[in-house]
Amino acid sequence: MSTGGEWLRGEGPHHQIVISSRVRFARNLRDRAFPGWAKKAERMAILDLIKPRVEELPEMQDSFSELLQDLSAMEKQVLVERHLISREHAAKGVGSAVVMNRRQTLSIMINEEDHLRMQSIRSGLQLKAAFKLVDKVDSTLEHKLEFAYDQRLGYLTACPTNVGTGMRASAMLHLPGLVLSELINQVIQAVSKIGLAVRGLYGEGTEAMGNLFQISNQTTLGEKEDEIISRLSKVIETIIEKEHDARQVLIQKKSNTLWDQIGRAYGVLTYAHAMTSKEALNLLSIIKLGVDLGAFPEDRRLPIDELFIDTQPAHLQKSSQQKLNAEERDYLRAQIIRERLKVFPKPDISKMARESDNGSTSRPSNNE
Amino acid sequence: MLCDVCKCNDAAVFLTQILEGKMQKVNLCDACSKEKGVQDPTGFALADLLLGIGAAEEIEKGAPTQKCPVCGFTQADFKKTGRLGCSACYTTFAEGLNTLLKAMHKGTEHVGKLPERAHRTMELSDRMRTLTKSLEKAVAEENYETAASLRDQIKQLEHQLASSP
Repeated sequence: MSTGGEWLRGEGPHHQIVISSRVRFARNLRDRAFPGWAKKAERMAILDLIKPRVEELPEMQDSFSELLQDLSAMEKQVLVERHLISREHAAKGVGSAVVMNRRQTLSIMINEEDHLRMQSIRSGLQLKAAFKLVDKVDSTLEHKLEFAYDQRLGYLTACPTNVGTGMRASAMLHLPGLVLSELINQVIQAVSKIGLAVRGLYGEGTEAMGNLFQISNQTTLGEKEDEIISRLSKVIETIIEKEHDARQVLIQKKSNTLWDQIGRAYGVLTYAHAMTSKEALNLLSIIKLGVDLGAFPEDRRLPIDELFIDTQPAHLQKSSQQKLNAEERDYLRAQIIRERLKVFPKPDISKMARESDNGSTSRPSNNE
Repeated sequence: MLCDVCKCNDAAVFLTQILEGKMQKVNLCDACSKEKGVQDPTGFALADLLLGIGAAEEIEKGAPTQKCPVCGFTQADFKKTGRLGCSACYTTFAEGLNTLLKAMHKGTEHVGKLPERAHRTMELSDRMRTLTKSLEKAVAEENYETAASLRDQIKQLEHQLASSP
């Protein structure tokens, strides 16, 4: 678990804009109290029932399996920052566990809000691949565990918002073009009208830090899994197109503002000695945009993507092997960024201009 | 304006969410907004909060003393947490939940994946329906030999259905 998962490598389809795709299934055992209602003894009995079944999955041959009470607060937070467990799960202790494969593409939470939360996370727009993996694991497990299922309502979950498929499919999108051109709220409103939810990954609406947004299905009852996935994929492809269009307009009509932003982000990140998480995310987002537009060489993409995660509070503390207060974290964050940017060439505006003449670097194609 | 949660303090936090073209509003006092995690936008979903409040009202329409026979969960618990106690609660509180689910989801019936177990049960009950119909027909036509054979088949099927979960 010392390094990030496969999704951080950023090689999936449309990886410039779609950071990752995730699909999770919620499942529960029949007639057993849901984790939030079960007493400690029952939670532990349920855990003892489920955990061996999960660990023996062929997909979990080379896995990391931990009881939540055996993880330190910092270790839990690292898993949250890598999106491998939820914030809610990190708050759990005795009676809960997490099992994940080494590639960190599959993670199964036991006794989160539901008895089982199985999720697959992949780089880029790969909702179908993520779905296939979770679906397969679910089909294997259902032979060994009796899931709560109702002919009419489908899979029964602790929260009625998840009943039916128990599936939440989501993608994390990097949308600086739409934010800079102030079109993001239009997109958010349009998407929420068709039963999908968009929220800032950190913060809400235009306040979203790092221009990162998560889009997911809002409802789980009355629509088939593959319908939900393909509807979501189509909407994401449209958003990718809109993002590319917004970037083109910015290059053509507001190129000075754009180059200024990229230059300033580069300057501050290269020389600052204290930096909050919010400032870092916002500036790194602009540098990432710079890589997309050709202002920085393509091989600088991974170091930037890694900084998004490595500058998060728990990752900072993990790298320094100690608990740090906010001020200490800000110094360390700036230091790590400065070091990584040492080998970063200055932004090359002439290259960017050429990129814009050729049109956008990668248009969405229908390969999902 | 009073807080929607505690209904005693003045509301200080006003939330609006547009969901499928429908505007939903929640007004909260300082204390309740903190308790519900509204101050921390990353860990907060308006839908959950709306659900908690709206859901409790829906479910209250049922008998007030209802208690889940499997897990002992009550409506008051649902009001507090916005989550149910166990899978059997969906049957216990079916009446109130149905209205809630209708408002919350695209449809009222699951059309997606079936566990293989459920699939088998469904096939068996389909066959049961066909056999029952044939039996009625055979009896009506006074075809007693067929009827007797059908009755045997039904009995066998009943046995299978009872043993499958």
